[in-house]
Amino acid sequence: MQPVAPLDLTFQALADPTRRTMVERLSRGPASVSELAEPLAMTLSAVVQHLAVLEASGLVRSQKAGRVRTCRIEPKALQAAERWISERRASWEHRLDRLGAFLAETEPKPRRRRKT
Amino acid sequence: MTQRSTKHATFTIERIFPVSPARVFAAYADAKAKARWFGGPDEWEKSNLTLDFRVGGRESVSGGPSGGPVHHYNALYQDIVPNERIVLTYEMHLDKTRISVSLGTTEFKPAGEGTKLVYTEQSVFLDGHDDAGGREQGTRGLLDNLEAALRRVA
Repeated sequence: MQPVAPLDLTFQALADPTRRTMVERLSRGPASVSELAEPLAMTLSAVVQHLAVLEASGLVRSQKAGRVRTCRIEPKALQAAERWISERRASWEHRLDRLGAFLAETEPKPRRRRKT
Repeated sequence: MTQRSTKHATFTIERIFPVSPARVFAAYADAKAKARWFGGPDEWEKSNLTLDFRVGGRESVSGGPSGGPVHHYNALYQDIVPNERIVLTYEMHLDKTRISVSLGTTEFKPAGEGTKLVYTEQSVFLDGHDDAGGREQGTRGLLDNLEAALRRVA
C-alpha cells in the first residue's frame, strides 16, 4: 500500500487551474499525456511539468506502455484532502447557521412611531 | 504509540447576514449571545461558555456527544476592532489529547443593509486525530465538493 501523500502537496497541486482541469479530465477516466494536453493552451513540456506536480502530490499516477504514457487519478489522496476540509468547514457552517438563526430570533422589533 | 504528524490547512467561509455589522459583532462579543450559537451541535452536552472579550482575554467551552469524547476549545483573543474584526488563536483537545491549533480571523464587512462575514481559519492538525462531526458529509460527489471548497479557499 502506498503511503498517503501529505495534504500540503495535495493542496499545492490543486491550487493551479491548469492542474485542476487535468484532475477534472482524469476524474472522467484515464487519459494519455497528449489527450490531457489537447484542450490546454500550452506546450507539451509545460503539461508534463504540471503532471509531475500532480504525481508528486499522489493525486495522479501514470504508467508508460510502449510510447504512450497513460495517466489516471488516485482517489485516496483526494479523499484525504476532501475529508479534512469538509470536517473543519462543516462545523463552522453549522455554527454560522445557528448564528443566523440567533440573529433572526433576536431581531429588534421595528419601533412603531406614535401616531399623534 | 502515537504516530506523530502535522497537517496544515486553510479555509474561508463567507456569509451574508441581513443585519448590521454591529449586531453580528455583538453576537461574538457577549458571552450569553455567543453561547446561543457557538459550541457543538444542539444534541451535544455542553459546559458553560466562558468569555473574556478583550485583547489578551480567553474563551473556553467544552462539549461532546453523550457518552462520547469531550471536545475542549480554548481561545486567546489577539486583536479586536469593534464591529470590524476579531483575530484569535485557539486549540482543541479531544479528552486529554491536543488535536489542533488554529488562527481564526473573523471580518465583519458592511454589505448593503447587512453584513458580509468572512471567517478564515489556518490550522495545524496534530497526529491525525479526527475532529468529530461532519464526517457524513463525505458522501457527496468527491470532485464537486472539493471544487466548492477550493473555490472558497481561493
